[in-house]
Amino acid sequence: MAALLVVTAVVGLAAAVTGAAVGPRLRTPLLVGLTATACATAFAVAARVLATGDVVRFHTDRLLPLAGVTLRLDRFGALFVAVSAVVGVCALVFRLGYDAHGLSSRTSSAVLPLFVTTLLLVPAAADVTTFLFLWESMAVTSLLLVLADHRCRVEVPSAGQWYAVMTQAGAGAILVGLVLLATRSGGQSFTLMAAAAPHLGPWIRSAAFLLVVAGFASKAGAVPLHVWLPRAHAEASGPVSALMSAAMVNLGIYGIVRVGFGILRGGPTWWWLALMAVGALSAPFGSLHSATSSDLKRLLAHSTTDNMGLVLLGVGASGLFASTGHPPLALLALVAALLHVVFHAAFKGCLFLSAGSIQQATGTRDLDALGGLLYRMPVTGTIFLVGGAALAALPVFCGFVSEWLLLQSMLHGLPATDPAVAVAMPIGVGVLALTGGLAAFTFVKAAGIGLLGLPRTQAAAQAREVRASMSLGAGALPGLCVILGLAPFAILPAVAGAARTVTGIRAPGPLSRGWQLDLAGVHSVLAPGLLGAALVLAVGALALVRRRLEPGPVRVVEAWGCGREFQTATMEYTATSFGEPLTRVFDDVLQPSHDIDVSHVAESRYYVEAATVHLSLDDAFERRLYDPANRSLRWWGAAARTVPNGSIHRYLAFGMVALVLVLVVVA
Amino acid sequence: MRLRTFLRHARIRAVAVEPPGPGTPAVEESAGRNRGSLQLRHVDAGSCNGCELEIASAFSPVYDAERFGIRLEASPRHCDGLLVTGPVTRNMAGPLRKTHAAVPAPGVVVAMGDCARDCGVFLGAYGVEGAVGDVVPVDLEIPGCPPHPAAIVRALRGLAGT
Amino acid sequence: MAAAAISLLQVIGVVSGGPLLVGLMRTVRCRREGRVGPPVRQPLLDLRKLARRQRMRPEHASWIFPLAPLVLVATTVAVAAVAPLLTTAPAMGGTSDLFAVVYLLLLGSVTLGLGALDTGTAFGGMGASRALTIGAVAEPALLVSILALSVPAHSSNLPAIIATSLAHPLLLATPQRLLALAAFVIVVVAECGRLPVDNPGTHLELTMVHEAMVLEYSGTDLALVRLGESMRLVVLLALLAVLFVPWGIATGHGPVAQAVALVTLVAKVALLGTALAALEVAMAKLRLFRVPELLAGGFVLSVLAVVSALVLA
Repeated sequence: MAALLVVTAVVGLAAAVTGAAVGPRLRTPLLVGLTATACATAFAVAARVLATGDVVRFHTDRLLPLAGVTLRLDRFGALFVAVSAVVGVCALVFRLGYDAHGLSSRTSSAVLPLFVTTLLLVPAAADVTTFLFLWESMAVTSLLLVLADHRCRVEVPSAGQWYAVMTQAGAGAILVGLVLLATRSGGQSFTLMAAAAPHLGPWIRSAAFLLVVAGFASKAGAVPLHVWLPRAHAEASGPVSALMSAAMVNLGIYGIVRVGFGILRGGPTWWWLALMAVGALSAPFGSLHSATSSDLKRLLAHSTTDNMGLVLLGVGASGLFASTGHPPLALLALVAALLHVVFHAAFKGCLFLSAGSIQQATGTRDLDALGGLLYRMPVTGTIFLVGGAALAALPVFCGFVSEWLLLQSMLHGLPATDPAVAVAMPIGVGVLALTGGLAAFTFVKAAGIGLLGLPRTQAAAQAREVRASMSLGAGALPGLCVILGLAPFAILPAVAGAARTVTGIRAPGPLSRGWQLDLAGVHSVLAPGLLGAALVLAVGALALVRRRLEPGPVRVVEAWGCGREFQTATMEYTATSFGEPLTRVFDDVLQPSHDIDVSHVAESRYYVEAATVHLSLDDAFERRLYDPANRSLRWWGAAARTVPNGSIHRYLAFGMVALVLVLVVVA
Repeated sequence: MRLRTFLRHARIRAVAVEPPGPGTPAVEESAGRNRGSLQLRHVDAGSCNGCELEIASAFSPVYDAERFGIRLEASPRHCDGLLVTGPVTRNMAGPLRKTHAAVPAPGVVVAMGDCARDCGVFLGAYGVEGAVGDVVPVDLEIPGCPPHPAAIVRALRGLAGT
Repeated sequence: MAAAAISLLQVIGVVSGGPLLVGLMRTVRCRREGRVGPPVRQPLLDLRKLARRQRMRPEHASWIFPLAPLVLVATTVAVAAVAPLLTTAPAMGGTSDLFAVVYLLLLGSVTLGLGALDTGTAFGGMGASRALTIGAVAEPALLVSILALSVPAHSSNLPAIIATSLAHPLLLATPQRLLALAAFVIVVVAECGRLPVDNPGTHLELTMVHEAMVLEYSGTDLALVRLGESMRLVVLLALLAVLFVPWGIATGHGPVAQAVALVTLVAKVALLGTALAALEVAMAKLRLFRVPELLAGGFVLSVLAVVSALVLA
């Protein structure tokens, strides 16, 4: 088993070398084949660990200086490895047919396998050095992949900059947090840290927890450290953005749960309330921005913030229940959160991959320029529909099951003796409800405007279905969305086992009795398979009834336009107009800006020649937090630049002041 | 609400409208098809609004065409036919044809008022294309300038089959 | 076996009762307006005629357009089959979860919105945009009021909630129940597209919310859409009745108890429909951008319901 982990790493490296060395014709198939093999071996190990509960260990003193490499794969890590492996294989198969511009270069072909390998190995890292090395490798490789298309679009370098700065800042926070724990634990292995954690002082534990959460939550895309996510995920190419949104953000959650539950073994209530607050802020923010965005990939990226906010809400609720003495509920909440991570990977992966197909076929991501794609790209359109329906948490699809579980975990926390729980749970339910409604809105907007109706531009009208490998890569995941939505019992034991392993709780969690999802100890049942079967039967029966009743074949006519002489696609709703009522309802939160430029006829100011309307919706956090921070940094830099003015007297003065300070401090 | 008002509501009656006599084959076929439910799309193809006022009266509480299952709907797709008023002006000829095409087959056309039947006082005007019958096939005509609301209700009853 | 028969009876009742309820509400409105109005069974006559009319579809519509009416009716049928309307022990009663009911109805709305956008007309986009905005803003009020109902029963399982209400009748007059009832009524009015949120009888496309989504449907499709709308109204009012005034519901499968339950349910739903229609006449439709304020008010009421449930428990 440990050998298979090593094989994963070795094959991944081999794929990277192949990508760098081989000529352009054979490069992609070879690297895809090798990396897919690495994913398959990793999945095999993970599946074995999830099924049996054995822990796979590997240690070598060589590869890294000072500490060597230590890998330890338990059930919890195996869950994330399995998810990364599945998403990786789908993204790689997609890559086979993808018309990559920047992604087919030597650098990107070398870096893509490395990225996938780090995604597979980060959950297996067992000490601080290995973890940080793999984390940094993941960050650097993903940055290079985001920048791959820098010659194609002008926004890519800026997106890369934001991503680089924020991911390094996050990595720095994680480094400080983990090192803080390691130095006081007498060793840097996670097991040693877990053993020593109960004896650390509350300040150290809290400081470490907060630093680590800041770093990992930024990676997961939680507000207010999310600003890199819409840029990077939107500007990256199809397979890369799928990998980032469906596999990499999960590792942020992995880190938080591993440190919070696995190493620190829970903490005071305020930790978890803070985490729930972050989740409760991210979820509506992300869903609101995705509902009002008209860029397809940005919409999906904001939706990642939304879903990760829901997961953080579940993780926070779990910790809250654990710290107030309700282990079964803590387990339930954590299982709900982890199940949502898995399901999110499935539907977000297929959404990003089909968005990549759409971008390739039409050349644009702008929803206002798409339309009528379901007719022209039936396979991609159906994949997008299934993924979007799972995003909207509709019954029959997987998103519904995880949302239901999250709602149940909030519900059964009440009535609570603890005031923190009593306040947090209704807020949690309200947040879940709001994001659920907005997610349904987003789905109808993205699918309805992008796929249905008339094509709004020539590019959309000329779209053709993409290559079979791209459809295959993207098409495996919606199948999972449906199957897991109807039969969640397939992976529920694995997820429950993972949650039990990391928290150490032995209480029974959600069980599956046959086709039903039963919550142990409380009276709540869901039978998604039965519901799905009932719906399909009802739809089929009604279709038969309709066929019997209708007098003749369906007549195909022009759409009713109030008798207009001609109807064009410009009369359709665009994504911006679709989201306009919502923008108006939430305009205090979103604060959209309207600018109207009016140019007058030269002869007289009474006559208007042209009027241009600029509508923009930007991120409130960026405007309030990041822009002032950037401005003050620039001011500071500009001020600091004036100090060394070339005068040698000034430099000598600096030297003397520094020397005096050092002498004072040392003495 | 007081009991007396409530009981008064139970005793509401509209003006009695005599049932229609036997109609043309198209009308009889429509009556047999609709059997108590008729939805029409009103199209003003160029009228002076006199007929529209009478239609409003026909659907008002006094003459109450709705008690016979007759209703005006917004979308021709939901309707069994058109209720056209006025002579067909040049601008409205195309929209009238499109509206007629938007009605599920078989759709009836009711030409209401003298203008719809034979252009009435607007015969030969420069903006008039022709009567309704010159643009779309007409199944029922309601004479009058404007027709009396009771006559409108009576004619539509024939189409509705009530 | 008996449970399956009862579920079938519920479905048949909802399918036939929907148009009759709509007819009753229309008659009440007409009488209040001072006119005779159509007979109560008029919607059934409309459906009978529509079912035989020709179906048409726009030339660039996809398979979503004909699927939407089917899904709308199917989701309501599924809810009618599993909800405990006549008895607290329905077939698959274990799976009749209040959250599941809400999401099933959402599935119907979402599919109808997609069908509307599929037509490629401005009306479809407008209707879908408005209906989904209202749905999105109504969700928090709905789910939090369900939370208020579920807290005393420690479960969101519908039969469990009703059984708790039957066992503790005094629970039904508590502030949390009344506040939850108010919030629920507001949400039901919004979900069913009744005044003051939406005027189902309007002819002006710019004032339409739900109606604009279905302007393109004809014939059997339209019959299914109208049936689905009326079934949704009946199911929601029936749920309102059994959740807040559960007396009369059977606890087993005995035929006498079922008959009593059926009679009481019909009476309750008829009463609720009459009250709703009588109030509608006195109201004007709210401006579209005032509707979120109404729904926010509903949300505040439901939050108050939860708070009072926790504080007074």
